[in-house]
Amino acid sequence: METTIKFYQTDTFTVGNRLLSEAERSVQAGMQRTNALNSGHRACQGCGEALGARFAVDAAMRATNNQLVACNATGCLEVFSTPYPESSWQLPWLHSLFGNAAAVATGVAAAMKVKGKQHIRVLAQGGDGGTTDIGFGCLSGMFERNDDVLYICYDNEAYMNTGVQRSSATPPAARTATTMPVGQHANGNVFGKGKSVPLIAMAHEIPYVATASVADLRDLEAKVTKAMSIHGARYIHIHVPCPLGWGADPSHTIKLARLAIESGLFPVFEAEHGEITGHRAIRAQVPVEDYLKLQKRFAHLFRNPKQVDVIAHLQAMADRNIRRFKLLEKSTPPTGGAAA
Amino acid sequence: MLKQIEGSQAVAEAIGLCRPEVICAYPITPQTHIVENLGQMVDKGQIDPCEYINVESEFAAMSVAIGASAAGARAYTATASQGLLFMAEAVYNASGLGLPIVMTIGNRSIGAPINIWNDHQDSLSMRDAGWIQLYAETNQEAVDLHIQAFRLAEELSVPVMVCVDGFILTHAYERVDIPEQAQVDAYLPPFSPRQMLDPANPVTIGAMVGPEAFIEVRYLAHYQQMQALGLIPELAEAFQQQFGRDSGGLVKPYRSADADTIVVALGSVNGTIKDVVDEMREQGVSIGSLSICTYRPFPRKAVRSALQHATRIVVVEKSLAVGIGGIVATDVQMAVAGLHKPVHTVIAGLGGRPITRDSLRKLFRKADEGHLAHLQFLDLKHELVHEEIARMEGQRHSGPSAENILRGMGTIASQIR
Repeated sequence: METTIKFYQTDTFTVGNRLLSEAERSVQAGMQRTNALNSGHRACQGCGEALGARFAVDAAMRATNNQLVACNATGCLEVFSTPYPESSWQLPWLHSLFGNAAAVATGVAAAMKVKGKQHIRVLAQGGDGGTTDIGFGCLSGMFERNDDVLYICYDNEAYMNTGVQRSSATPPAARTATTMPVGQHANGNVFGKGKSVPLIAMAHEIPYVATASVADLRDLEAKVTKAMSIHGARYIHIHVPCPLGWGADPSHTIKLARLAIESGLFPVFEAEHGEITGHRAIRAQVPVEDYLKLQKRFAHLFRNPKQVDVIAHLQAMADRNIRRFKLLEKSTPPTGGAAA
Repeated sequence: MLKQIEGSQAVAEAIGLCRPEVICAYPITPQTHIVENLGQMVDKGQIDPCEYINVESEFAAMSVAIGASAAGARAYTATASQGLLFMAEAVYNASGLGLPIVMTIGNRSIGAPINIWNDHQDSLSMRDAGWIQLYAETNQEAVDLHIQAFRLAEELSVPVMVCVDGFILTHAYERVDIPEQAQVDAYLPPFSPRQMLDPANPVTIGAMVGPEAFIEVRYLAHYQQMQALGLIPELAEAFQQQFGRDSGGLVKPYRSADADTIVVALGSVNGTIKDVVDEMREQGVSIGSLSICTYRPFPRKAVRSALQHATRIVVVEKSLAVGIGGIVATDVQMAVAGLHKPVHTVIAGLGGRPITRDSLRKLFRKADEGHLAHLQFLDLKHELVHEEIARMEGQRHSGPSAENILRGMGTIASQIR
């Protein structure tokens, strides 16, 4: 029987997970890694998106035997990686606009098909703004046509590239440059639950939808690998903390990503053809306060008087996720997952 | 092969003969028949191999074309009016990335008020987008220009718009000579991109460029367009040799060599203008016309040379630069700068208002007599406009003047007033 070693990261120092056996290490732990996103780029210290993108694209490169093309939406990832005349990308990479990464990827996939080069696979990537807001129409169209594209959203919960403004993925109560916790926004961002593109993607009944986090890079890699084994429209939503936008210590990126999972605020699950097929269990639920306290964007909740009601509301959201995605029950890891 | 055929279907057949590899389509009147016909042709295997993609918006249509072209496929789409404006961001992007996409514009006005009929406001709003713009005078020319457009686009790595008057050409049944596949194949070689997305040779396309190089990139875009001024006549000449027809080119003068008055226009209205020119010539009026086929890059020298002996120039255009006058007229004025010739701007046919021979005849006679205003609107209903202006002056607040005019005309219940 296949054994799966439970793996919990303790902090950024064990990202390479060299304590594991060779077979179970991440792509990035190997010396033969592709390193699709080269070092020397201009991301901020502790950037969750740079980390997530490197692991995701490298895993996709390995899964496709380097036969991969990436399309990129406008955003931090594009700006920090391609300041002319330099480029960090070691694979064919195309940036067109903010809102069209999914449609451009459709075009690339169509060209590969018509040219008889279907072995060349297509990846589209964008931040939460380019995915949940301005690029949403193109993304939904790509899902609906079931185009052979894996779309990855790096969700750092606001428009970070333009100076931290609210997106439709910004959690309630968070402070951004456009939802300052004063006046009508006394609690920061308006109270909704944010737009869940993974659930909307599932409603399109595409072959594969997953959420992942930079706190669990082996799970992330496994999901990308699995996604590349499937044809048709696929979507992976990766939670990537932004030290600058969240007002967090750059060394806390992984810790924050983990607390988002362990509190229940960011449920890690996967779905096939619209049905949830797996989830990553949390060991013991931590209070949302542990997560919120580390970030200046929620600092106003803890000043006198402490916003007990608001924190309770966020806790209720986390509790609902735990019920809805059965996060306290035994994990059902991706089929052909981490240990494969 | 000669066929009695609808303009849109003729354009679709021409596109099919160009062996497009990716076609993306979003429906908008009056472009729909083109993409419908292409859809059927792909379904029946008449265009093969070809991917036909139904997208969710014009913005996506151009974006898919961008991705396909960047990956090395010959890409095509068609649009009109609001659709062209909706894809505007991607239209600029396609030319900035140097992607030789060909797009048909079924020319149509832009709202509000919403109007589906023909004028040139849509494509002219994109005149600075870095695309080559060709205007068809007839459906035969529409067919021929599309074949030339792919070759032009691919030789220069610049996208090309072929502008075809909505309804007037797209929905008109005319006798059109549809070329044979072998002829087109001999004229148009397979697409060989300068740079493409290929894992064997990874390149970064669409990098972020700062002030240190941006102006150079834009200069090169201008340089490429200027190359087209030399290439377009060459391609038209090669086309004539291959197909035996004179189609395309920069400009087409008609009875203008010795004319005092020369009428300048884009697109299908040149047919009516030529008829009126013929009539007036018979009556001894010294008049001729100049059809501009290539509007971007603007063939400044060719226009200047064709107009240099005229006494006066009348630009009849189906577009309006609100707040100044004509769009095309401004370019024509620039072309004849220093020649001290009066250039009259006539705004005509907006939103599909028919441009009749009778109206043109009166207009040209006035011009010939030296009584034409600097700027005028052909067949403007002055009484309606004056009534509304009076109302606006009486009530100093904003409001929809189109609704008021309609109400005044009795189209909307007058009690509301």
